[in-house]
Amino acid sequence: MIRVQNEDFDVGAELKSLTDGNHQIGGLTSFVGLVRDLAGGQSVSAMTLEHYPGMTEKQLAGIEEEAHRRWPLEASLIIHRHGRLEPGDRIVLVACASAHREVAFEACHFLIDWLKTKAPFWKLEGMPDGDKWVDSKSSDDDAAARWAKG
Amino acid sequence: MKLLYFAWVRTKTGTGEETVSPPDSVHDVAGLIEWLKLRSSGGADAFSDPSLIRVAVNQDYVELDHPVIASDEIAFFPPVTGG
Repeated sequence: MIRVQNEDFDVGAELKSLTDGNHQIGGLTSFVGLVRDLAGGQSVSAMTLEHYPGMTEKQLAGIEEEAHRRWPLEASLIIHRHGRLEPGDRIVLVACASAHREVAFEACHFLIDWLKTKAPFWKLEGMPDGDKWVDSKSSDDDAAARWAKG
Repeated sequence: MKLLYFAWVRTKTGTGEETVSPPDSVHDVAGLIEWLKLRSSGGADAFSDPSLIRVAVNQDYVELDHPVIASDEIAFFPPVTGG
């Protein structure tokens, strides 16, 4: 399941509803990304996330389908926020449920790594000397490349 | 064709969305970028280094040699930074 939304989410409630009623699930992992108050040595007062409505949902759904092709998942969830956020705010939730923990850990790691290089979101950070678009990191490309099939 | 711009590509072109009718000589993404560079100062600024631009046609990532047709939705943006 994927959701793209402006509003915050309740991690506990989301994880509970993801696993409710499915007793095949023995392991549940989650990753939560938060807005930090520091970037490149400068303080960040706010972050605005722009995205490409339509393509965002299409790409996230494709990434989730790929995870289900690779691992025997019982359930999965991606929630990504957009709009104006402040330090400490939640940005993204990725959760994976499976019979066993190894699958849940691996699939969750895969989802966040692939999401970072494929989902069309862009971060604009509010800095003391003005707003600045965040540059993509080669370390994120490297993290995603680990999961390439070859 | 419908063009969409995001993040700093949008701020440089000065618009988030426009409908254009390029000449028949434009038949792929690379040709479209060259045409957009000549068309306006904002286009010249946004596409001054095409290696910094990512492209999606009808919401799927494509390379510069991907064909473009009048009914396409084509988006230009920097490398993504979500998550």
